[in-house]
Parts: sequence; C-alpha cells; structure tokens
Amino acid sequence: MSALASTTVSLFRSARQSAHARRLVACLLGLIVLAVMTGPSGSNTAPVSGFTGSLFHPRVLVFIAIGLGLWGLITAQHRWGEALKRTNDNLMTLPRRMMPDRRVRLVLYAALLAVAILVPLHVNAFWQDVLVDQIGIYVLLAIGLNVVVGYAGLLDLGYIAFYAIGAYSTAFWTGALPVHPPMVLNAFWAIPFAIGTAMLSGVLIGAPTLRLRGDYLAIVTLGFGEIIQIVATNLQGVTGGSQGVIGIPHPDVNLLGIHYSWLIDPLPYYYLLLVFVVAALIAYSFLEHSRVGRAWTAIREDEVAAQSAGINVLKYKIMAFAIGASTSGFAGMLEASKISFIEPGDFTVQLSILILVLVIFGGMGSLLGAVVGAAFLQWFPWYLKEHPMFGFQDQDLYIYLGAILVLTMIFRPEGLIPSRRRKREFGLAEHGLGTADAMSGTTDPVP
Amino acid sequence: MLLQLNNVEVRYGPIRALRDVSLAVDQGEIVALLGANGAGKSTTLRTISGLVRPVSGTVFFDGKPIQRVPSHDVVALGIGHVPEGRRIFPMMTVLENLEMGAYLHRGNFSENLTRVFSLFPVLAERRKQDGGTLSGGEQQMLAIARSLMSSPRLLLFDEPSMGLAPMFVKTIFQIIREIRDEGTTILLVEQNASQALHLADRAYVLENGSIVMADRADVLLQDPRVRAAYLGEGAA
Repeated sequence: MSALASTTVSLFRSARQSAHARRLVACLLGLIVLAVMTGPSGSNTAPVSGFTGSLFHPRVLVFIAIGLGLWGLITAQHRWGEALKRTNDNLMTLPRRMMPDRRVRLVLYAALLAVAILVPLHVNAFWQDVLVDQIGIYVLLAIGLNVVVGYAGLLDLGYIAFYAIGAYSTAFWTGALPVHPPMVLNAFWAIPFAIGTAMLSGVLIGAPTLRLRGDYLAIVTLGFGEIIQIVATNLQGVTGGSQGVIGIPHPDVNLLGIHYSWLIDPLPYYYLLLVFVVAALIAYSFLEHSRVGRAWTAIREDEVAAQSAGINVLKYKIMAFAIGASTSGFAGMLEASKISFIEPGDFTVQLSILILVLVIFGGMGSLLGAVVGAAFLQWFPWYLKEHPMFGFQDQDLYIYLGAILVLTMIFRPEGLIPSRRRKREFGLAEHGLGTADAMSGTTDPVP
Repeated sequence: MLLQLNNVEVRYGPIRALRDVSLAVDQGEIVALLGANGAGKSTTLRTISGLVRPVSGTVFFDGKPIQRVPSHDVVALGIGHVPEGRRIFPMMTVLENLEMGAYLHRGNFSENLTRVFSLFPVLAERRKQDGGTLSGGEQQMLAIARSLMSSPRLLLFDEPSMGLAPMFVKTIFQIIREIRDEGTTILLVEQNASQALHLADRAYVLENGSIVMADRADVLLQDPRVRAAYLGEGAA
C-alpha cells in the first residue's frame, strides 16, 4: 500500500515537469474514475462499498490497462504523429482506393446488400428485434440526419421531433389516438401521411428558423424537440398523454392481388425497412452529386458567398430540412406500427443527440459512414450485453459511448468513413483555414 | 442609367443606416462610393443586391424596380457582388469555386471560364488547388473571377483592396479597369480613397448614411474637404 502511495506521489511530482507523465496521470485517473462510475453502487448500510468494491476488485486492472494503452496511443501520436496519421489514412481510405472503378464498387455494394438480406435469417429472434428496433431504424435516422447536418451543414438538435410526428400521425390515421381521423387507414397506407406530415412540419419549422445560422438554429431545434415531447405529454385529449398510445395496428397491404400482413415477427419489418434504406441511399447519393448537392456544399462552406453566387439559400436549406424530416417521419411510422405502442418518453432529446453522434462518428456528409457508424454504435452495446466484458452494465452504456466518441474525436475527427470533401475540410481546418463543421459555420450577423 | 437609387432609406432596427440616398450609375462607368467606417457603404451595396430591404425608396436596374427582388434573383438579373472579405469557398478547388459562380448558367460556361482564365492566368495554373490554400491576393482574384462567371452587367465591389499587399492592390485595381473596358459597369466601395478616385470616373461620399458629396473623381481629388477627410492630408 505504501509502495503504491509513494509511486503515486513520485508520479505527481514528475508530472510537474514532464508532459508525458502528466498525460499518464490524466489517463490513469480518468480510467479509474470510469471504473468507479461503472462499478457496483453503494447502499444505505455500506455507503462506500461502491467505491471500495470497484477500486479493490481485479476489474480495476482492466481499466488501468486501458488507461496505459490510451496513454501509449497519445504518446505515440505525439512522437510519430505524422507517420501514424498517414498509416491511419491509408488504412481508412483503402476501400476507396481499392475500388476506384465504378463496377468494382457496385459489386461491393451488391455484396453488402446481400449480407444485409441474409444476416437476419441466421440470427435468433432477439437479434432480429435488435436489427430492426436498434440498428435498422437508427441507420435510417442517421441517413436522414446526414442530409441535414452533413450535406447542408445545419445543426439540428431536435431531429427526433420528426420521428415523433411520424409515429403520432401513424397513430392518428390508424385510429389509435383519442381523436379520430376522417377515415381509418391501416398502418401501411398511413406511410405517405406519416412522411407527408413530418415533411410538412419540417417545412413549417424550417421556413422561419432556417434564416438563423449556426448556433441559433441549434438552439431553436433543441427547443422544438422539447416542445414536441411536452405537447405529446400534456395534450392528453389528443395524444393520450404520458400514458402513451396503445393498439397501433401492424401494417397490412392488399394491392394488385398481393396481400400481405405484418405481424409481430420482426423479419418482415426488417425487409420493409431495408427497402426504404436502400431507396433513401440511392436517392440521397443522387442528390449529393446533383445541382442541389452542390448548392448544399456552397451553403455549408459560406452562406454569404452562396447567396452572391445566386443560390436561393433558404430554399435549399428548407429542402434539406424537409428531406431529413420525412426520413425521420417514416422511421417513426415503422417503429410505431411494429411495437404498437408509443409514449412521449420514446422521444427524448437524448435520442436527437444520439443520432447526431452516430452521424459524426460515421463521418459527416458520408452515406456509407452514416450506415456503418450507426450500425456499429447501435450493435456494440447489444453485443456487450450478450457477451459481458469487464462487468459491463446496461446503465453505463453512455459512458462507454462517450469514451468511444472522445477517442474518435482525438484520433479521427473526420469520422469513421469521411466523405472525400469533408476530409479535405478537416485537413484545411487543422491548418487554420476555414471551419469544418456545422457548429462553427458562419455565425456573423447579417448587416 | 443602368442603376438608379431614389431616396432609399434602410433601417437596422432603430438605427437608420441609409437616409434618403439617391445615386446613379451609367452604363460603362466606374463609380466609387467613399466614406468612413459605418457610413453606409456596404449597406448601399447590400441594398442593391437584395440582401437588405429598404423601408422606403426605390432601386431601379435597367429601368425595372428591384428593391423587392430576392438576392438570388438579383444575380440572375445581371448584378454581381464581390462581397467584403473575399468569401471564397475555402474547401472547393479554384475550378469548383468558378463553377459555383456560374450556378445560374445551367448550360455551358466554358466561354466565361476562358475569359476569367485570360484575366487571371494564375487561377488557371491553380485550378485544382483548394481555394483556402491561395494567398490573400489570389483569393481576391478568385472572388472577382467567380462573380464574373455569372456574366454580370453591373459588378459591385466591396472593399476589394482590404488586407492586401500594396503590390496586389495595384493589380486588383488594374483588373477592375480591364473588366470595365470589357463592358461591365462597376460600383466600387473602397477605404483606399486615393486609389479609388484615380480609378473611378465619378464618386459619391457617404457620411452617417447620407450622401454629402457627389462629383467627378478628378474634381473630388482636388476638393479640400475630401483631401482632409479621406486622403490623409492635414486640415486644409
């Protein structure tokens, strides 16, 4: 014990002199705090047991090892920063460089699609549910938010509001709400209404607020997300209030001699979702490379300049906002009709932030990044749940996600699979030329 | 008259930024707008290009009132704006910047491209380079070249010499003259009054949002009040 104390003291002493030692202390302290936070909790009878239980448990060694590893990584980056960065870049752009050819890329996409089609057939029912509720829905949400944040550079912190609007309008049109629609539809035919309502509310919210820039827009959208949730909770006569809405029917289609009903089996929902994800990917990638996409890039880089180039800035911003909103609205519809039950607590601000995290992690402005980033970050906690490591506990999920994000921001700020342009933007921003993210966009006042 | 402002008043909240401003620019002229910081020079340009709406007064371009036309449509009418502080797209290449300038020309813009590359050979050399990596003077050239891509009949310059090395200032002013000689009318806002008056045909002097003097440039160059206030000479 005294040996430990004297080592600690000498570490602190050398930390005064050496940046390396200072970083080592910071890494170790950080990870030990993490160990305590994620460890067992104390109780009334033994209030410090949570503290001792995590500090004097072999588990703490794992955290110390991670801290040391982190320190090693940071030190290596300081010493061999340029070389490491190059290796890192080479590794990450390997897929891109290996498939410059359009045909090779198409084959790869086809292979990915085949995996997406086949994987759910070979996992158990629990994972099929996870694939829909946790992965598929969030991949779609990330793709939609990517248009808003990644393409147009608009920081939307209330994205989940449109998901809620999609879910509640599905509940309305299927007759599950206390207020009744002019005609009751089944959930399948509610799809266009859910998408349309979400898109319309995107336009209505966007038209006045998208004149604002950067930080202001973030605050307004944050407020909008809260308002939707509060309205859903308090407008009992319309939304069913905090108890939520039960009995939203499953979709059911009877068209051109094809008759199909979705039930509680997750697989059919998965494939319906897959169809929409693929359609969205194709449509958005087409948009990205069109005139619209070029206008978005210009707006993201410099709004004033875009305006003097003759671009109708407000129109293209609203367009991006509405596309994101309708994507979110469809996701809300699908989830509402699959689970049959929604409540205001499903639409918290944390979810908006989570989806933003998925997009940033994957690489803003990159469709492939949004898909892979969202799929990985949503899969990982469930994997940990099934294969508990280091005493993993559910309630600590966000701590681990936070750690992953911090690491991503340190070592790969442009995201997992950045778009080529975004990558350049980050490269330039590192040299102090221009800004690379939606958050710091042009915030100067108009006059 | 290609451009005419009649009794224009602009307010930013309670502040009157422009009061009763009337000015005119004829086809083929270079007209300079002088004044101290906050006199309303940039506001005048922003009013013309539709970024700011006047509370009263009219702006005529080519005989048509445009004070209610949104800014992106003003560009389509033939008014280009080289904004203050250059404002190029830093992460687009030079070529992509120029393509954005031609955004409204849906079809072929190769003719304009040839024209700006002959005006600015250095941009042709750097067409693949990111805008943000150009020097200040080159960025200003890019900003001018970009605004030329929409084939404007009237080009508004907002402080083109700001932050540039003296050598580049000369080049930029030379280029502005060339652009006029090729047939584009120019309205120029400039801090550097001496250079601007040597370049311009006529000039207006703004003070606190009002036009206090208007005359031929060579006359203003000799005016004792102008010399004292804007050309850095002691009290006359």
